[in-house]
Amino acid sequence: MNKNGTITMINGPVIRGKNMANFKMREMVMVGKKKLIGEVIILDGDVGTIQVYEETEGLTLGEDVLSTGKPLSVKLGPGMMGNIFDGIQRPLLEIDKMNKDFIPEGIGLISLDQEKEWEVEFCVGEGDSLTQGQIFAYVKETELIRHKLLVPPGKSGVVISLKADGKYNIEEVLVVLKDDGKEQELRMYHEWPVRVPRPSKLRKEIEKLLITGQRVLDIFFPLAKGGTSAIPGGFGTGKTMTQHQLAKWSDADIIIYIGCGERGNEMTEVLEDFPKLIDPKSNRPLMERTILIANTSNMPVAAREASIYTGITMAEYYRDMGYHVAIMADSTSRWAEALREISGRLEEMPAEEGYPAYLPSRIAEFYERAGYVEALSGEEGSVTIIGAVSPAGGDFSEPVTENTKRFVNVFLALDKELAYSRHYPAINWLDSYSGYIKVLERWYEENLAEDAVKLRNKMLELLFKENKLQEIVMLVGEDVLPDDQRLILEIAKIIKIGFLQQNAYNKDDTFVPLEKQYRMLKIIDYLYERCRSSLALSIPISQIKSQKINDELIKMKYTVPNDDLSKIDEIKEMIDNYYTELEKQYLV
Amino acid sequence: MKKEYLKIDKVIGPLIEMSNVKDISFGEVVDIKSSDGAMKKGKVIKIDGDRVIIQVFESTSGLSTGNSSVTFTDEAFELSLSKDILGRVFDGLGRPADAGGELYTRKKYNINGRPINPVARKYPRDFIQTGISSIDALMTLIRGQKLPIFSGNGMTHNELAAQIVRQAKLGEGANEDFAIIFAAIGVKHDDADFFRKSFIESNAMDRVVMFINYADDPIAERINTPRCALTAAEYLAFEQDMQILVVMSDITSYCEALREVSSAKEEVPSRKGYPGYLYSDLASLYERAGMLKDKVGSITYLPILTMPNDDITHPIPDLTGYITEGQIVLGRELFQNNIYPPVNILPSLSRLMKDGIGEGYTRKDHPDLANQLFSCYSKVQEVRALAQIIGEDDLTETDKKYMKFGKAFEDNFISQGFEENRDIDETLDIGWEMLRILPKEELNRINPDMLDEYYYI
Ligand SMILES: Nc1ncnc2c1ncn2[C@@H]1O[C@H](COP(=O)(O)OP(=O)(O)OP(=O)(O)O)[C@@H](O)[C@H]1O
Ligand SMILES: [Mg+2]
Repeated sequence: MNKNGTITMINGPVIRGKNMANFKMREMVMVGKKKLIGEVIILDGDVGTIQVYEETEGLTLGEDVLSTGKPLSVKLGPGMMGNIFDGIQRPLLEIDKMNKDFIPEGIGLISLDQEKEWEVEFCVGEGDSLTQGQIFAYVKETELIRHKLLVPPGKSGVVISLKADGKYNIEEVLVVLKDDGKEQELRMYHEWPVRVPRPSKLRKEIEKLLITGQRVLDIFFPLAKGGTSAIPGGFGTGKTMTQHQLAKWSDADIIIYIGCGERGNEMTEVLEDFPKLIDPKSNRPLMERTILIANTSNMPVAAREASIYTGITMAEYYRDMGYHVAIMADSTSRWAEALREISGRLEEMPAEEGYPAYLPSRIAEFYERAGYVEALSGEEGSVTIIGAVSPAGGDFSEPVTENTKRFVNVFLALDKELAYSRHYPAINWLDSYSGYIKVLERWYEENLAEDAVKLRNKMLELLFKENKLQEIVMLVGEDVLPDDQRLILEIAKIIKIGFLQQNAYNKDDTFVPLEKQYRMLKIIDYLYERCRSSLALSIPISQIKSQKINDELIKMKYTVPNDDLSKIDEIKEMIDNYYTELEKQYLV
Repeated sequence: MKKEYLKIDKVIGPLIEMSNVKDISFGEVVDIKSSDGAMKKGKVIKIDGDRVIIQVFESTSGLSTGNSSVTFTDEAFELSLSKDILGRVFDGLGRPADAGGELYTRKKYNINGRPINPVARKYPRDFIQTGISSIDALMTLIRGQKLPIFSGNGMTHNELAAQIVRQAKLGEGANEDFAIIFAAIGVKHDDADFFRKSFIESNAMDRVVMFINYADDPIAERINTPRCALTAAEYLAFEQDMQILVVMSDITSYCEALREVSSAKEEVPSRKGYPGYLYSDLASLYERAGMLKDKVGSITYLPILTMPNDDITHPIPDLTGYITEGQIVLGRELFQNNIYPPVNILPSLSRLMKDGIGEGYTRKDHPDLANQLFSCYSKVQEVRALAQIIGEDDLTETDKKYMKFGKAFEDNFISQGFEENRDIDETLDIGWEMLRILPKEELNRINPDMLDEYYYI
C-alpha cells in the first residue's frame, strides 16, 4: 500500500517532506505530480529528507511523496548486456524513443525490457533442492554472453514446479520453490538493493594478471583480476582514453563502463565504436560484452551519486555467474562531488575542502566491492575496479585522490608534462605503482617468462637512474657525463619512446600481445648489455651508439607484426653483427 | 493564476526572502515591482515551509521591504524565439535591446534546456578550417565541438575569436544555413563594440544574434545570459537546421557572478570561494554543444575565459578543461614577444581532432605531423632551459638545431596575420618546412614511409 508524505521544503535536488514516519531509511520514493524518483536519505521523526534523481524545477510545496516500500534497487536479469542505462538503470534508448533527443523528467521507473522473450534452457528439475545463488537455467543474452539465471541470495527450497525449456519474457514465473511450507517464485530477474554488496562463498587470493595489451601496464604496473586501481590525472592527461583502451582490449569477460558526470560525447563514441570493434578472441562485436551507464555531467547530480552503485551491483551479479568483470568508473571525483553537493544542501558539517567527513568510508566501501571470489553458485568470478580520479588543479594532494590512494593497489599517475609533450599513455613511471607485482610473480613465470619480473625491475631501475641523471644534465649538459651514464640515457630513451609510448590510434600498436611486449623489452635489454660489454673494452660511447640500431628498436612497435616475432630475431642479429664487428676493431 | 504579495522580509545582495507565500513552485519566475515602478525579474531558488528565497536577476538596489510588489508568474524562465532573432541584439536576460521591437512568436523555451540524451548524440567528426595554422594543424576544431579559449587579461583572445568567426568554414558550401550567436557576459563596452564591428566588417551582421550583458550591467543577470544564448542556439540548430557557432566572453565573469550569489546564499564554499557545484553548473552550459543523430544542425561552442593570474589550475579554467573537448591556451610569453595569435601549443588540445583529420579528411600526413610538431616543440622547451644555464654555445649540434627550429616555428608557423587565412595544405606544408630544420633521425613520431615521402621535397 502506498503511504503519502507532503513536501515541505525544496532546495535543488534535496527536498524535505512531513508525515513520513512510516517511510524507511534509504527507501525509494516518488515525488510530486510528475512522480520524480528519489531516495530517503535522512529520517527524523516524521520528517524525511530525500535526494531526487531528476530535475526538481516546477515542483510545488504540498505535493505528495509516495512510498514504494523498497530500497533503491536494480533489476538483474537478461537485457543488460549491450545496453545503455542512466544512473538508476533506466534504459536511455527507450527514453529516446519516448522523448526524442532530450531527457525529460518524470519518466518513472523503467529498466529491463519486460516484453522481449528469451530462450530459456533449464538445468534443474522438479524435486531438486536449490540453494541460494545456484544456477537454475541459462539464457543466451548475446552471442558472447551466456546469462546464468541465479536463485536470488537469501532464497532456497525444493523445486515444486517449473516451466519447460522455451521462450519467456522476464516477468513470467519460471520456477516455484517450496521452503518450510512457503512458496517462492523465481523469474528471469531478481531485484537487488544497489548499496548492499552481493554475498559470495569466499574471497580468493588475487593471482591472475588482467591482460590489457598496454605495455606500460602489463609489464610495468600490472592490474590483476579482482584488483583495484585508480587513474588520477588533470584534465586532458588521458584518463578516459586509458579506460576506453581497457574496455576495448582487456581480457575481462564483461565490461561495465560508467560515465559518471563526464561528457555525453564520450558515451556516444563508445556507442558508435564498440559495435564496430571486433573482439579478437571471439570474433564478435565488443558491444556484446559491454554495459554502459551514462550519467553525464549535465544530467541530475543525485543520480550521478547512484550510478556508481548501479554499476558495481551489475558487476557483482555477473561475477556470481562466474564471469570476470572489469568496471570502469569515469570519474569517481564527480561522484565524490555529488556527495559533496548533497551534503552541502543538507547543511552537514564539512570536512576537507567541503567534502563530507564520510567521504573516505564511502570510497573504501566502493573499492572493497572488488575481489576474486568463489560465488554462491560455486563458480569462480571476479570484479576488477578501475576508477578515474580528476583532482582539482591536477594536484594529487586533494581529498579524493588522497583517500582513493589509501584503498587501491594500483596507482597510475597521469602526468601533465608527459601529456603536453604527447608522450602517451602519459603514465608517469616514477610515481605510479602496482601492488600486485609480488602476487603475480608466479603468473608471469608460468605464463610469460622466468625472468619477466626481473627484467621489469631492472628496466624500471634504469629509468629511475636516468631520472637522476637528467637532473644533472639540466645543470651542466650531457657532455660531461661519463660514458656508462650516457649509455643509460640512450637506453632509457629507447625504453621511453620505443616501449612506454603506445599509440592508441595505431591499429597494430593499440593492443600488443604479452609475448611481443616481453620480447621488445628483452631486446632493449640485450642491446644494453652488448653496449656495456663494448664499454668495458673502453670503446667510446660515440662509437658504441648506433643511430640505426636505436631507430630500429624505437620503431619495432610498428615494424614487428604482432603475430610474427621473427623480426625481433633479425634485429638481434643486426645488433650482434654490429657490436661483434666493433669489438673486433678494438680487440686487436 | 498569478499571485501577488506585497511584503518582502529581507534583501541580501541579489537575494530576497519572503514568508507566508503559498503554492509556489521551485524555479518559478517572479516579477518584482519596486516602489519607484521599476520592474525586475527573479526566480525561486529555495522553498522552506511558507518561506521562499528568490534570486533577483537585476540589481536589488532601490528595493525596499515594504513598498514592493512581488508577483509569482507560475512559469519557469522562458525565452521567446523565432527565426527573426537573426540580426537582432538582446540584453543579458533576452529582452530586445535594439530598435527592432518585440518578437512576434508564440514559441517559448525554458532557458535551462534539458540534457541531451547521450544515445541521441552524433559523434562530431567534421573538420572546420579556421585558416589559423596552430589551430587547424594542432588543435583542429570539429563541428559540434566545445573548445574554449583560455586567455589572460589583456591578451589577444578577442582578435583570435573574431578571426575564427570570420574565417571558419562552418556551412561548407550551403552558406545560408549558418549563424553566429555571440554572448557578452560582463564585458567592457569596447570589447562588445569590437565584436560588433568585426561582424559588420565581415558582412555577417544579419547572421548574428547578440546577447549582451555589459560590465556595468547587473551581475545577477549574467547567470542567465549564457543560458539565453544557448537556448537560441538550440532552437536555430535543432529546429531550424542551422550550423551554429556560439562565441561567449567572458566565462570568468559568469563564474564570479555565480560565486557572488552562492556566498549570498551562505553556501559552503569550495576552492577559492566558488561553489561546490561550479563543475555541474558549467557542464549544464558546455554540454549543450554538439550534434544529434536525427538533425542536420550543430552547435559549435567557443567560450572565452580569462585565467586569473594566468593560472591554468584556477578553478575556472580547471573545471572548464574537465568538461570541454580540449582547449586553446594563449601564452603570456608569446604575447609579449608580439606573436599573434599567441597560441601556446603544448597545453592546448583538441580531443575530437583524431576522428576528423588524416586521410579522407584533411591529409594523410596530418596526424603524424601534428604529433611530431608537439614533440619537437616540447623538446625545444627543454633545450631552452638548458641553454639558459650552460649558454647556447655549449649546446650539442642537435640541440642548436632545436633552438633554431623553436624560433622558426614561432615566427612562421604559429605567428600569422590577423587577416591571413591559410588553407590546410598550406598550414601542413609550413609544418614540414619547419621540421626540415631538424635532422631526420630526430623525427621518430612519424611513420617511416610517410617521413620518406614528405621530408625530402
Ligand atoms: N594512449 C593515447 N594515445 C593517443 N592519444 C592519447 C592517449 N591518451 C590520451 N591521448 C590524447 O589525450 C586526449 C585527452 O585524453 P582523455 O580524454 O582521456 O583525457 P582525460 O584525462 O579523460 O581528461 P578529462 O579529465 O578532461 O576527461 C585525447 O583526446 C587524446 O588526444
Ligand atoms: Mg575524461
